[in-house]
Amino acid sequence: MRIQIKNGRVIDPANGIDRLADVFVADGAIVSHGGTPPAGFIAEGTVDATGCIVCPGLVDLSARLREPGFEYRATLESEMAAAAAGGVTSLACPPDTDPPLDEPGLVEMLKHRARLPEFAHVYPVGALTVGLAGQRLTEMAELAEAGCVAFGQANTAVFDTQVLLRAMQYAATFGFSVWLQAQDPHLAKGGVAHDGAIAARLGLTGIPVVAETIALATQLHLARETGARLHLTRISSAAGLEMIRAARAAGIAVTCDVAAHHLHLSENDIGWFDPHCRLDPPLRTSFDRDALRAGLADGSIDALCSDHTPVDDDAKQAPFGEVEVGATGLELLLPLTLKWATEMKLPLAIALARVTSDPARIMDIPAGSLAHGSIADICVFDPDATVRISRQTLRSQGKNTPFLGRELKGRVRCTLIEGQLAYYDEMA
Amino acid sequence: MSTRNPQLNANGELIHLITLEGLPREIIIGILDRAAPFTEIAEREVKKVPLLRGKSVFNLFFENSTRTRTTFEIAAKRLSADVINLNINTSSTAKGETLLDTVDNLAAMQADMFVVRHASSGAPYLIAQHLAATKRDHIRVINAGDGRHAHPTQGLLDMYTIRHYKRDFTKLTVAVVGDVLHSRVARSQLHALVTLGVPEIRIIGPKTLLPTGVEQMASKGRLRIFNDLREGLKGADVVMTLRLQNERMNGALLPSTQEYFKSYGLTPATLALAKPDAIVMHPGPMNRGVEIDSAVADSSQAVILPQVTFGIAVRMAVMSMLAGN
Repeated sequence: MRIQIKNGRVIDPANGIDRLADVFVADGAIVSHGGTPPAGFIAEGTVDATGCIVCPGLVDLSARLREPGFEYRATLESEMAAAAAGGVTSLACPPDTDPPLDEPGLVEMLKHRARLPEFAHVYPVGALTVGLAGQRLTEMAELAEAGCVAFGQANTAVFDTQVLLRAMQYAATFGFSVWLQAQDPHLAKGGVAHDGAIAARLGLTGIPVVAETIALATQLHLARETGARLHLTRISSAAGLEMIRAARAAGIAVTCDVAAHHLHLSENDIGWFDPHCRLDPPLRTSFDRDALRAGLADGSIDALCSDHTPVDDDAKQAPFGEVEVGATGLELLLPLTLKWATEMKLPLAIALARVTSDPARIMDIPAGSLAHGSIADICVFDPDATVRISRQTLRSQGKNTPFLGRELKGRVRCTLIEGQLAYYDEMA
Repeated sequence: MSTRNPQLNANGELIHLITLEGLPREIIIGILDRAAPFTEIAEREVKKVPLLRGKSVFNLFFENSTRTRTTFEIAAKRLSADVINLNINTSSTAKGETLLDTVDNLAAMQADMFVVRHASSGAPYLIAQHLAATKRDHIRVINAGDGRHAHPTQGLLDMYTIRHYKRDFTKLTVAVVGDVLHSRVARSQLHALVTLGVPEIRIIGPKTLLPTGVEQMASKGRLRIFNDLREGLKGADVVMTLRLQNERMNGALLPSTQEYFKSYGLTPATLALAKPDAIVMHPGPMNRGVEIDSAVADSSQAVILPQVTFGIAVRMAVMSMLAGN
């Protein structure tokens, strides 16, 4: 199908483009975004993007689809609808499904289930160890062949440092990326909130910042030792960010991301035990939050992700320490990115790079670009129109977000996936 | 949805008692004033008043505690209420029922008041919020201790005791000694002491038993941390010792009860550093020879048994206030 996206402001961070232009799509690829159609182009459909921004579809480094195993929380169908409505066209899903993504068959099944044209491109992160148990290595080469783009442990740790060393050596052998969360399991044991004034007040078990920095120290040393490509997921503290900056300055190949919630919320938002603020890693102080905001702006943090984690209502209706962790995020990623950019007075091209070309580079996938010949994964959004975050409007099966009831700027008007219309805002 | 504490209604009246944090001074004083005449009822031949006649008080104990449950039961019975005791950790939750399902079932039995004890911080808050959301907050909730969060009636009875012996809160130095990290009692005490205007609050304990950031529970300078018992006790008017739970005694938090007693046990020698007329309090049950020496526990400075007596009166005051009379 040939589509012309008319009169939009095209922001393509990967190619340094920010100008008013039309974008032309044919056969699932971008054929021009110079304003003039290629010779002989006759549009079968047009999208009026007047007043809107046209950018590459968002690339999310962490979105739980809850398949296989947790279909009562969400299904591929519900979460793919959420992705399209959020302008997300490529996403990495962590291996903490049930069973975990530790066998090629499971990965193939997920890829197969996710291959419908209106679905975002799904890039599974394979389990680094069998059952995420931190003992035996998975068949990484086989898993990569089945479609895994990296190997990780989701939010679980490898207790045995020897195993972690071997896993990173093995991954480095094949040039695979290793994605790890930095949280020492011993120091985080039983913890449900940042170890600080709020946890002290509410009587909650704390997770101290040293849980992050000690794990980081281990992981960064092992990255240097093994030469593995290390990506650190969901950094939560200013001290942790400082260590990553120092490691990079020392020449260690490491990238990192932050979750959108952690740019906007702090431990204070827990208020009176708000179960939606039970996140992993925990929300830390406003000082940490501000450091993360600045770090993402200056590029010390490479990418912003939604850390989308749909949780059913029942699992959130319990005392704070007993609720399931996580928040829904696919439909909030773009508005929260724009909110951060506005508050930081950041050029949109830089902000959008953090959710398009930068995560695409980390995943090493052909996405996040509007260059001629690129796959036509495109997000068209109105930066001034608001989107209401409510149980009714969220397409994700998870309605669990601290932003419930809020109006946020940045409304997706349409999403194209490989040149196919995956979402269209009927309110427009 | 979680920005407001549901224990006060739109008119600022107390409808549940979840925590002493943010509770206005007038309400705390109001409860203490109301408790005073109830102490006399215990002296009468017929220890009953009809304030809660016809009301059903459900003791919902998701965590075992014979003593606290008994004090609430006595308080409710002296107010002429019907009392139903439920030890839920041994019944429905073991069958997989959720907390709120249990609450819904009991609410359907026409309960008027829930007295809730739970091992998780925030459970009574969740119940109160659930009752409000389902328009049933005519059922009152009293927190009888939740996780490490709060034990407001204990905090109130401690304030009653201090006022009984010391009258004016605004001239006192109060020391809280022991395992503050795991103590809901300490948190409730600290909130009340701050609200009632105690100018110097001291927390004394080893670093392993003090929560990070605890000094932020009071305005700057009013709450001081001491790791040295002797330093912390100097010139204190009130010494509130905390119970050390058995499971914390030997492990990564403390090496042994002997060493704890040596460093933080309240003995005649260490108590001598406080003011000569200092009172010694303990929420019970005491570990003699661990946090407190028998010679102190049995001394004339100890007001531990009066605390228990006042506790009944304070719980009667809270229940009658929540019942609206």
